Amino acid sequence: MKETQPSQRIVITGVGLAAPGADNLTAFRQNLLAGKSGIRLMEHRYIGTVPAGLCDFPETRYRKKKDNKRGTRAGCLGVYAAHEAVADAGLDLAHTDRGRIGVYVGLTEHGNVETENEVYNLSQFDNNVDFWSHHHNPRTVLNNPAGEITMSLDITGPHYSVGAACAAGNAALIQGLQMLRLNDVDLALCGGISESTGSFGVFASFKAQGALASHPHPQQASRPFDQGRNGIVISEGACLYTLERLDDALARDAKIYGEIIGYAMNSDARDFVLPYWPRQAECMQLALNRAGLTARDIDIVNTHATGTRHGDIEECRALRAVFADCPHTYINNTKSLIGHAMGAAGCLELAGNLPALVDKLVHPTINVDDLDPECNLPNLVRDHPKEAGRVDVILNNSFGMLGINSVVVVRNYQQ
Amino acid sequence: MTPEAIKEVILEIIQDIDEDADLASLKGGLPLRDQLDLDSMDFLDIVMELRKRYKLQVPEEDYPQLASLDSTVAYLTPRLHDV
Repeated sequence: MKETQPSQRIVITGVGLAAPGADNLTAFRQNLLAGKSGIRLMEHRYIGTVPAGLCDFPETRYRKKKDNKRGTRAGCLGVYAAHEAVADAGLDLAHTDRGRIGVYVGLTEHGNVETENEVYNLSQFDNNVDFWSHHHNPRTVLNNPAGEITMSLDITGPHYSVGAACAAGNAALIQGLQMLRLNDVDLALCGGISESTGSFGVFASFKAQGALASHPHPQQASRPFDQGRNGIVISEGACLYTLERLDDALARDAKIYGEIIGYAMNSDARDFVLPYWPRQAECMQLALNRAGLTARDIDIVNTHATGTRHGDIEECRALRAVFADCPHTYINNTKSLIGHAMGAAGCLELAGNLPALVDKLVHPTINVDDLDPECNLPNLVRDHPKEAGRVDVILNNSFGMLGINSVVVVRNYQQ
Repeated sequence: MTPEAIKEVILEIIQDIDEDADLASLKGGLPLRDQLDLDSMDFLDIVMELRKRYKLQVPEEDYPQLASLDSTVAYLTPRLHDV
């Protein structure tokens, strides 16, 4: 059901991000269009050398080093992205009712990094719990990254995390949209954050599952749709949006990146880790229905594919079911360039494609040197950007463990 | 440890907590929290660091004695005498 009332139409007015290889949207987009990978090697306790997506950004631009040390990596990433989003939106919080701002952060997981570090620390002191840090609980409560953002920006409205595995970024975006439509807040600061590169357990678990990527050249390790893929490249990152109701955005003459015209979430209800294409297809179709669109109206589908054989093929089945006979629908994959940023993935990948609504370019998927025939989708954009001519609507997929699917549809702003 | 050495250790711990802390103008007789950007969690960091470095347990009832730099040094001097 398409929303037409300005108070129910939700638009994106600001983007703040830290991605592997970029600390702002312009640089991020340039990397994606150039096919430049942000993946490098990192050393990890117990695991050794692994390819990973790490973020370099000015960590003390908005917060003292002391506070970064006190808080978490997720908090550090989130505070940076939140300030950047607010600045990008041209919002003056000094003249904004901060009690009417909501902070909604999508997380795949939180607390693994901090717990592993404390357990390691404890092992250095004969496992005497007197040496367990008083910082452990405030660092590991699930609202930690969102709460650190509110403290840094003096936001007194609601804040909480949305846990939705790797669909979490999109889920938080949807939460922000819904809270604006309910008039619960006037501004939603929402998106996804991941600090998972700090957790050896996340790497080890994917490895045990046979789903951790390895490659002699890190920039070639993330290769969704390619026959030579061997798993996921784990990344950290953050991407937060400012969402506003259209009438509020127009009243302050805000820059509008796009309007979220459709969304959907559903559950596979069948397996802990394996995705299921019929539910993914249903999720995409539901988002299209809510947007009042057909598949042919979609110009870019930004895929979730992570570089696991089963997952890639399953999503391609869903795409074939929904996007059959859509000659102008281009398909790409951002993870091939930045790895899998977990809770931040959906929002980062959407951000990387948002500029296409203006420049009309579809960023390429890289590392598809030997296309898996089962992933041979029409209009899969590979190696070089595609001049699409028309890019009005982007559909972004994000799926996660325990069978959670999310789809967001964004259109360029039209009166 | 001498009182001077203990003082240096405390300043080092505070600097490690907050490298922006202005230690040069710190007045030894005044409460640390009135002069520095330290809160109760930072204070617990100091206690934890003493525990890690010297296996020194500071009982909670003694925390008030660590309020200022001078009182901290006075409290620790007999306890770190043999370190």
